[in-house]
Amino acid sequence: MQLTCPLPNETLQEKVLLSMGGGGRHMARLLSDVFFKHFDNEHAQRRHDSAVFRAPGKKVAFTCDGHVVRPMFFPGGNIGSLCIHGTVNDLACAGARPRYLSAGFILEEGLSIDELDRVCASMRRAADEVGAQIVTGDTKVVERGKGDGIFITVTGLGDVIAPKPVGPERIREEDVILVSGDIGRHGIAIMAKREGLSFETELKSDSAAVWPTVEALIRGGIDLHCLRDLTRGGLGAALIELAQTRNLTFEVEESAIPVDPAVAGACEILGLEPLFVACEGRFAAIVSKEQQEEALEIMGPDASCIGSIVAGEGCLIAKGALGNKRTVILPSGEQLPRIC
Amino acid sequence: MKYVDEFRDPKLIRKQLALLEAQVKQPWTIMEICGGQTHAIARFGLDELLPEQITLVHGPGCPVCVTPLEIIDQALAVAALPHVIFCSFGDMARVPGSHTDLLSVKADGADVRLVYSPLDAVNLAAENPDKEVVFFAVGFETTAPAAAMAVETAKQKGLHNFSLLVSHVLVPPAMEAILSDPDNLVQGFLAAGHVCTVTGYQDYYPIAAEYRCPIVVTGFEPLDILRGITQCVQHLEAGKAEVTCQYSRSVRPEGNPTARALLNRVFTTIDRKWRGIGTIPQSGWGLSDAYIDFDAAVRFDVGRLKVEEPSACISGQILRGRRKPNQCPEFGKTCTPDHPLGATMVSSEGACAAYWLYKRPLHTAEVT
Repeated sequence: MQLTCPLPNETLQEKVLLSMGGGGRHMARLLSDVFFKHFDNEHAQRRHDSAVFRAPGKKVAFTCDGHVVRPMFFPGGNIGSLCIHGTVNDLACAGARPRYLSAGFILEEGLSIDELDRVCASMRRAADEVGAQIVTGDTKVVERGKGDGIFITVTGLGDVIAPKPVGPERIREEDVILVSGDIGRHGIAIMAKREGLSFETELKSDSAAVWPTVEALIRGGIDLHCLRDLTRGGLGAALIELAQTRNLTFEVEESAIPVDPAVAGACEILGLEPLFVACEGRFAAIVSKEQQEEALEIMGPDASCIGSIVAGEGCLIAKGALGNKRTVILPSGEQLPRIC
Repeated sequence: MKYVDEFRDPKLIRKQLALLEAQVKQPWTIMEICGGQTHAIARFGLDELLPEQITLVHGPGCPVCVTPLEIIDQALAVAALPHVIFCSFGDMARVPGSHTDLLSVKADGADVRLVYSPLDAVNLAAENPDKEVVFFAVGFETTAPAAAMAVETAKQKGLHNFSLLVSHVLVPPAMEAILSDPDNLVQGFLAAGHVCTVTGYQDYYPIAAEYRCPIVVTGFEPLDILRGITQCVQHLEAGKAEVTCQYSRSVRPEGNPTARALLNRVFTTIDRKWRGIGTIPQSGWGLSDAYIDFDAAVRFDVGRLKVEEPSACISGQILRGRRKPNQCPEFGKTCTPDHPLGATMVSSEGACAAYWLYKRPLHTAEVT
């Protein structure tokens, strides 16, 4: 008689099983073979309940961002790179160098381990690019059908290096509004992939870390009055929120807002307003008029000045090419493609 | 972007405005039929640039707006059925019925899919033989050929689990309804270029002749619209009820013969109710006898659902060109895109929604 062990063998399965969230050997295997393989720094390897480190400076920035995206892999990135970019960009917009990150995973039973591995590799790469480390995390597995493959929540801690506070309270009349590059590529790339729309040129998401540019601005002596990471809701939602927070009016020239021709074309066809299409690697910077040219030079050829701050009551006003002005208002929810 | 940038060129637009200025001698009221044109006029502020003698009024050419409440309620009833996958264009999803909308029905567990083409719905029917797949066929002559093609494809493939909830409407009968009204103010029309790309513009000659009203087939970019207005003013000033085409880069006089033949096979003209206007004879399409098995209203027995529109709103007068959105006392107060009181505020292409988006007084924050 040959005795065989009734337990599944100990090599890692190809798919995420419910048991991998159960705190047992399967979970330990998942942690060692996927997560710790990629996130292999001294803090994570201690395998303690919390990472312990010295506060990196006098001031720290702290933020959190949850990520849900379908499809998980898209042209120009995946949920892994996206979740790191989302969080480190929030830190960057506080003038902070991203340092320590946590990653909370909610995995759906049946997710392929290979895909999870690729997602984690992208997270590691994205964190490395800005010199941040993923030092702690958590994993839960939910039953098939109760999740959308993978949800990731990333919390980030950053070292504030901007000499003056960066935030809405420092926005003043006559400041100028700069944008770091063309808008809307992430939203259109995701929509095209998700809905099977094909355009003549494949659009790639703009998902990227903005920290290198922000750091260059700080090092270049630019007094950043405010920065805002452009994500869901795009440039339009970000500017409206700032205008309302400060109760000042933001006036932008529509023709000055950089939009890739492929994005503009897709928006025309689908009836979408590019101002409200998502970005994941762009930011708006509010600086004084005196530093406009200097800042633009540091931000590079893709950046442009799109408008300025004027007295008013917290509106975003867009000036058309024919001189007409309109108050831009937030769409009620996600923009939906129209009939004709 | 080719075919867009040159038609938005401020220099060319100013030149066209000067031409128009030189032509116009008397006051004229011109209606643009299509919601897409209304949207462009508001977005680019064209109405503010026109000579003061010209008044633009906004027509009934927004398919979402004129879809009657009872058909939306029928759609919601079908979508809520457990074995149904309900497919719709995106902008119908937020349009409220009497009590709810498609997105809310979806949140309650219904399988509602937003598709980009009716053919996507046919593919869903092939992939889900145990489900009933229903496509919400809304729109003018522009979207009808794709719906017709979907039905024909489903029939050829033997897909008996596919059907259409049809609410297609036609432009020429609506123009006649407006012109024959004793209170009509419209003196000239800009017809919708994309509709004529499908149908051609032969049907417009008898209308122009009978009502002594020039009709110019017009495109959707600012320069197109200004050229359409200029042509229309030329006809009006000369006292000619002509039909001409400004949008010749897309429209042929006979339209698209393949699409027209397909429409004639699959659909038959019927009386249709228009939201805000009422029933217009022979103003819509229903499935022809050969395709009646694909009619979702029959299959799910929802045709008997009848609803009367609440009468708080003046959209009927707006759709006929008698009033403008900002002349409504409810505009922007009790009536906004989030809480529309009627037809012209419900869709992004409706005249009231276009005014809300682009023509609210400056420096007023959004009321939330």
